[in-house]
Amino acid sequence: MCIRVKKPGLLTTVQDTGRFGLQKYGVLASGAMDTMALRLANLLAGNEEQAAALEITLLGPALVFEKATLVALAGGNLSPAVDGMPIPLWRPVYIPAGSTLTFGGAVSGCRTYLAVAGGICVPDVMESRSTYLRAGIGGFHGRALQAGDVLKTGESTGWLKAPSDEAVVLPWGVSHELRPVYEENPVLRVVRGPEFECFAEESKQKFWKEPFRVTPQSDRMGYRLADVSLELTEPLEMVSSAVSFGTIQVPPEGNPIVLLADRQTAGGYPRIAQIISVDLPLIAQVKPGGYVRFEEVSLEEAQALYVKREFDMKQFKQGLTLQVR
Amino acid sequence: MRYFSLGDTAVVVEFDTVIGSSSHEKVRLLSLYLDQYPFLGMIEYIPAFTTVTVFYDPFVLRYAEAEAELERAVSQVEHLSLKQKARTVEIPVCYGGEFGPDLEDVASHNGLTAEEVVRIHSGGEYLVYMIGFAPGFPYLGGMSERIAAPRRSSPRLSIPAGTVGIAGMQTGVYPIETPGGWQLIGRTPVPLFRPDRNPPTLLMAGDVIRFRPITQDEYENWEGDIVCVSG
Repeated sequence: MCIRVKKPGLLTTVQDTGRFGLQKYGVLASGAMDTMALRLANLLAGNEEQAAALEITLLGPALVFEKATLVALAGGNLSPAVDGMPIPLWRPVYIPAGSTLTFGGAVSGCRTYLAVAGGICVPDVMESRSTYLRAGIGGFHGRALQAGDVLKTGESTGWLKAPSDEAVVLPWGVSHELRPVYEENPVLRVVRGPEFECFAEESKQKFWKEPFRVTPQSDRMGYRLADVSLELTEPLEMVSSAVSFGTIQVPPEGNPIVLLADRQTAGGYPRIAQIISVDLPLIAQVKPGGYVRFEEVSLEEAQALYVKREFDMKQFKQGLTLQVR
Repeated sequence: MRYFSLGDTAVVVEFDTVIGSSSHEKVRLLSLYLDQYPFLGMIEYIPAFTTVTVFYDPFVLRYAEAEAELERAVSQVEHLSLKQKARTVEIPVCYGGEFGPDLEDVASHNGLTAEEVVRIHSGGEYLVYMIGFAPGFPYLGGMSERIAAPRRSSPRLSIPAGTVGIAGMQTGVYPIETPGGWQLIGRTPVPLFRPDRNPPTLLMAGDVIRFRPITQDEYENWEGDIVCVSG
């Protein structure tokens, strides 16, 4: 079972939920920018939630399916269509052999995840199938997809066997409560970072009040924010220490950087705040040029939201097993 | 010593706020302990100069419980000292020429000849305080002040893997190709990042490294692995 890449799109890479356990050696976690969308797309396609899928950025690819397969798309809406017929996100879709999946304009968000039944078959590199672009390893030969590439997919454990000549959208999917609500200019909830108190009073106020613009110098490693400059009360001699997905660090010139999937493992800049786990999909879907604002929540609240989301995910998984019995 | 959170999925223990050998030893001891006795819900940890950051799953345990688990781990190693002798690793380096285009600049900045810079750089012993920033990138301590040099005013867009550089009082080796502003003085033929091996990096925190000058001919015909002088 193969997918042939007719057009690669802007940046299409193989990602899973990330490479963990090796950050102590400086090996980046990588993985999907919007892990919720990746996990949900995988579940809809009948896969384990951490299976390898395609992360499609802004301008989507054109993919030819050489054999009939079940797929699911989740995340930002980049107007997917099968042989010209628009198909929805957040639902399983049966794609007949020989059809072409294409994408159009970005209706919401900027990253969409394509899971195929059986997962994308690429070798495990350090226990993950995520593409680590800077080191050129993992995923599909360590790089973004190019025209002419042929992706193998795993054996389908899928639940739709009915052959059809046309794409079939299954009549069920992810409920609205479980889908992240992507906005062009979201309010992101954060908890204070270890160096929050080192910032000048005026900068702290600005951090909570002002909108920050996401600049074009933003990628999978981090989003550079502009328009609001933040200052420390006094210069800080920092010793490099760990950072993580969602850490907001402030280099000396004052413009914050939000660290994302391809972040380095350690950094030496003051960390003013940290985006809470459940809101990471929202920043991952903001397009350059969009604005973000920050709102404080307590650590207890952040963890309660995390627990609720994971509980909802477990329920959804249970519901799926009933669906396919 | 203090404990604090890094977001909603990590807890940090900070042994000190300045770099030193006693906090380095505590970071290493705790790392070895966590390798052997990870607590339930722990995902992984990142050791740094004076801190260890432990990532955990809040679905399994909340912050207060994670902090208590980490405190318990710290109390287990608090009165220990490292028995294991540090490994000394020798890294062959071809200094100057196309591999070290900034060697002359580093020399003239310090009023030395290129040969003297090589002699001082390869004459020292360096402690690997931590690995981070890029896979296998060692943060080294112990470089002589006599060969310190400021970062380049405009960073290079691409520095080849294996390049040995100097920035301020620091020296290090780039494991993968990356942009950077360091002064480049040489290159090693030995890969520091080896994704097909476990662990995937040559160096580990706590290693002592020495640089050994080799000729361009030795560089080009290099087939061996690293030489562990001891440990």
